[in-house]
Parts: sequence; C-alpha cells; structure tokens
Amino acid sequence: MSTIKIRAREKSGVTTIQSLMKHPMETGLRKDAKTGETIPAHFISDVTISLNGEKVMTAYLGPAVSKNPYVSTSIKGAKKGDTITLSWVDNTGENASAEAVVK
Amino acid sequence: MNRRFFVKYAGAAVGLLLLPLRAFGSRPESAFESESTGDALEKLFGSADLTETDRIKIKAPEIAENGAVVPITVNFDIENAESVSIIAENNPAPLAASFDLTPNSAGLVSTRIKMGKTSPIHAVIKAGDTIYHASREVKVTIGGCGG
Repeated sequence: MSTIKIRAREKSGVTTIQSLMKHPMETGLRKDAKTGETIPAHFISDVTISLNGEKVMTAYLGPAVSKNPYVSTSIKGAKKGDTITLSWVDNTGENASAEAVVK
Repeated sequence: MNRRFFVKYAGAAVGLLLLPLRAFGSRPESAFESESTGDALEKLFGSADLTETDRIKIKAPEIAENGAVVPITVNFDIENAESVSIIAENNPAPLAASFDLTPNSAGLVSTRIKMGKTSPIHAVIKAGDTIYHASREVKVTIGGCGG
C-alpha cells in the first residue's frame, strides 16, 4: 500500500499537483509524555516532483511542516496523460515514491 | 605547520569557501537550523535585503484554531522565480519549507505547517538577484508543539 496520495489535474494549460504523504514529522523537540524522553527528530526533508521523468520542483521541508505533509504546486507544460512522479526522502534516509497520470 | 594540522584546517577552509555558494538544487540545511528570520534569510540568500511586493499573495487563516495544522498557500506572479521560502517568524526554527522551482512553475506552492504561537508568516521569493517579500499575520489559539 502506498503511503503517498497524489493527484494531478490539468485545466487550460496549468496542471495542479496535490499530494499527501504519510509521515510522523517529529520535530525533535517533543517529549514522550510517559518517559519524559525527547522523541528524536524524524521528518521528510526533500520532496521531488517530476513531469515525465524531468524534475519540475523540489520542496525542502523542515520539521515545522505538519504531520502527514501536504505539498501542492502548479506547473505549465503538462498534458493530460503525462506522468507525474513524486518521491520523498526523510532525515533518516527512508524514502518512498508514487506516480500519477495527469487528468 | 605539520601535515596533520594542514589536513585538518585545509578541509575546514575549503568548507567555509563553499558555504556561501550554495549550489541551486541542494537542501539549505543551515537555514533550516537558523533560530531567527534574519539569520535564515542570510543563510538562504547571503543577504537579508528584501523587496516588498504585492505580486506575492499569501493565503492563510487569520486565526488558526489548531497550530499543528496551518494551511499556507503562496500565489505569485513573478517571472523567473527560482525558489519560494515559507518562514514562520516565531517558531523555534523559523524556516518551515523552501521550494526550488523550475521555469515550469505556474505560480503556486502550498503546504501545511505547525506554529507554536501567533506569528507573522513570510513568503520570500528569489528571482535573479532580487529577493521579493510579502507577509501576513496568523493568530494561533492553540500551539502546535505539544502534540
């Protein structure tokens, strides 16, 4: 099961890409309520969006981005049927990617 | 100067030289670690000289009831925009996100951020040698850091 939801919709030449990634986005500042120990930082750091394999945007996120990050952007030059790929990597090196077809 | 000394400090010197020349296309790590807006801008752009503009529109709630999820949308009409950075001034680390764009950009980026308390939200866009800026205040009634 993918942990990424992504949607791309073209309207009059502008394609809006919306994505939701499942991730805790721990800041490293929070303490565990029971043990009092600091919860280590764990956040998505880089999100890359490509159109037919060519990079169109990179979002660098800090731990201040909300849990289960939402990232959206809009681009020109995409047509219905094109492929949008999103991939993320977090500060521990975990990564994931997903694809969507422009509608 | 012995060899060990040289090796140790030559590396550091090269590192310092490279620091201000952040190649476009790499994560601005030091800016994310900055604890003030001015310092974050300095780390991002090498300068805190901003050009105010009404060509950047920030869409955000006037009052955020839940600081853990504050939707921020930046619409802009700036040619050759290279990057958009979103800064929540009163957060422990103000730089929340920075988007590197390509000429494909159609003038929109959006995300959701955590805010510890009421703060101005800054949107800063680099286009060539100009750093454009707009901001608006978001009031937070419950902070987003307690979880």
